Amino acid sequence: MSATSNKIARRPLVADLLARRGGALIVCGLGSPTWDTFAAGDSAEYLYSWGGMGLAVPTALGVALAQPARRVVCITGDGEMLMGIGTLGVVADQAPANLGILVLDNESFGETGRQRGLTASRADIAAIARGFGIARTFTVTEQGAAAELADFLFKAPGPVLAVAKIALSDDPWALPEKDGAAIAYRFREALGV
Amino acid sequence: MSGIHDWSGDVLNALRARGIATVCTVPDGGLTRLLRMVEAEPGMRLVTLSTEPEGIGIATGCWLGGGRAVLAMQSSGVGNCINALGLPAAFRAPCLMLVTMRGQWGEFNPWQVPMGQGTRPALEAVGVKCFPVDRAEEVGETFAAAADLAFHSRVSTAVLVSQRIVGAKGFGQK
Repeated sequence: MSATSNKIARRPLVADLLARRGGALIVCGLGSPTWDTFAAGDSAEYLYSWGGMGLAVPTALGVALAQPARRVVCITGDGEMLMGIGTLGVVADQAPANLGILVLDNESFGETGRQRGLTASRADIAAIARGFGIARTFTVTEQGAAAELADFLFKAPGPVLAVAKIALSDDPWALPEKDGAAIAYRFREALGV
Repeated sequence: MSGIHDWSGDVLNALRARGIATVCTVPDGGLTRLLRMVEAEPGMRLVTLSTEPEGIGIATGCWLGGGRAVLAMQSSGVGNCINALGLPAAFRAPCLMLVTMRGQWGEFNPWQVPMGQGTRPALEAVGVKCFPVDRAEEVGETFAAAADLAFHSRVSTAVLVSQRIVGAKGFGQK
């Protein structure tokens, strides 16, 4: 899979998905997944991130374990996912039925200058997830799969992991609140905890 | 355990009393008894990690969702957690850690010494309040105090259980 084969535009995909999220809580990885989510419209049910690379899925797992009646979906990137890849083993072991993971895979370190990432050649995050024991995975390479992908992420019995092969793109900055306490306390208030 | 104070039981009681129902861990020999008790405890969840910083994320997410968790690990695992500790700090979320020490009191393995000696300075460098304990009788009350400071004042705290309590692993050598 070469970078040029990626066709999916990330912002429209994330916006399409979020429009179909129902009551799902969204936990974002740092950088572009946070910008994409905020660009689609702000919500107290979105947990934005500006740091802690490798911790998006663990954070989402913690929320999912504490809120078993709510669907929780983590939206992150390929570099962030690979930095904490062992977490997929923890997710498979805990097997939260309410957790979905979406990896926006542009095969690059997009935030730092588009340096080539490890999924650009051979690493396949969906295959790694299956190897850890997350049986349900879904890889999309074409725009237009948003409805099917949304059903998978927001409704299929978890844990599930999807990889969307996205294009490198120049999107306008869309920066949410960066005070973590403001993000966290708003999120908790929305949950009533 | 005969003749030795059961600090693991004291920690379990402190967990129960505070509704700390999730215990994340990369296991350590010194944690064996506590982890077995947690596994056997109705209503508690043991989360086995692949690496310690995952526990920082899970504990933070758990609190964001209205729950309470603790990360239990060996001192060597603390070194893996340093950047991750920025997450609860940024969210102004509590993060409670129980650390069994190596590289400290009668250590046999030189590979454990640098991180063991660096555990407290490294934690304090990223703002974690440290509570070292070197008497088994004091682990329970210290853990309870560190938990209350973490969850009420929403800071990161670590109880450092001395190798003097957990014992140095001798690898069959004198």
